[in-house]
Amino acid sequence: MSAHEHHHEEGLIHGDGPHGTLKDYLTGFILSVILTAIPFWLVMGDVAWSKQTIAFVIVAFAAVQMVVHMVYFLHMTPKSEDGWTLTSLVFTLILVVITLAGSLWVMYHMDSNMMPKHEVSQPL
Amino acid sequence: MGHALTTEQAAARTLFYQADEHDHEAGGSTLLGFWIYLMSDCLIFAVLFATYGVVGGNYAAGPGPKDLFDLSLVALNTSMLLLSSMTYGFAMLSSYRNKVAATQVWLVVTGLFGAAFLGIELYEFAHMIHEGATPQRSAFLSAFFTLVGTHGLHVTFGIVWLITLMVQIGKHGLNKANARRLACLSLFWHFLDVIWIGVFTFVYLMGMLR
Repeated sequence: MSAHEHHHEEGLIHGDGPHGTLKDYLTGFILSVILTAIPFWLVMGDVAWSKQTIAFVIVAFAAVQMVVHMVYFLHMTPKSEDGWTLTSLVFTLILVVITLAGSLWVMYHMDSNMMPKHEVSQPL
Repeated sequence: MGHALTTEQAAARTLFYQADEHDHEAGGSTLLGFWIYLMSDCLIFAVLFATYGVVGGNYAAGPGPKDLFDLSLVALNTSMLLLSSMTYGFAMLSSYRNKVAATQVWLVVTGLFGAAFLGIELYEFAHMIHEGATPQRSAFLSAFFTLVGTHGLHVTFGIVWLITLMVQIGKHGLNKANARRLACLSLFWHFLDVIWIGVFTFVYLMGMLR
């Protein structure tokens, strides 16, 4: 990543903030196309894998593509803003994981421990 | 005890902070502040994803993902948003070189891709509602419309911001304030694309696997 490549060129009004290059954007775009096309193909095409395997693979592709966007489009580096962007991102990710995992875990068990469904049937 | 420090004693004390207030450049912390706003937005989406994850399987004997989703439409939508991300990048590159006209052209292209994304999404929503799959039909549909609709609303406001910024750039050129605004919108726009990765993976693709 050439974050500060254009920093001191003449006539530039941008002082702060990481800068991307054409190469960054094109690399990010091509990687994103690949990382999007494969999951869609796995689900739309008749792939002879189990649903669990496909689900695992597409989630992995999504995670990689998010990182690709962060690096090539958002130009995140561990050093941007003295590390504060990364710190706040990590903090947010911890909260996101707690929210998602906690909700799914608790609500799944609440659901399983509820009254059995469809046992009280009413005559129509 | 309560004795005042003599000058020598005061000078001998080590200061652990900067005694003088240093100058802050106007807008110097805007990008970091905006990033932190985006992180809070990320939490909104996390909660909406969690809600969808919890109630996304409750169809209330109504239509499910397989009856409603058209993946080729979603793939088209995804490519619109991805292309708009790239063209926004080109607008940023033009702005670094102080090329006002090129920046404006790339912003127009970005806006058009964004509008195409919204148009396709609204078409999908209208189609679903026409088939009776309204937000009040089932918990799954409530959660779906809230999550995807919130993302669509963000894109809508992104386009409003984009148009406003184009007027600003047309009036005042690529001055420092406009360059900063352009950088903030860039973060916003790319962030929405990151959220969309989560939407098409967890809502659409995983929905079809159920």
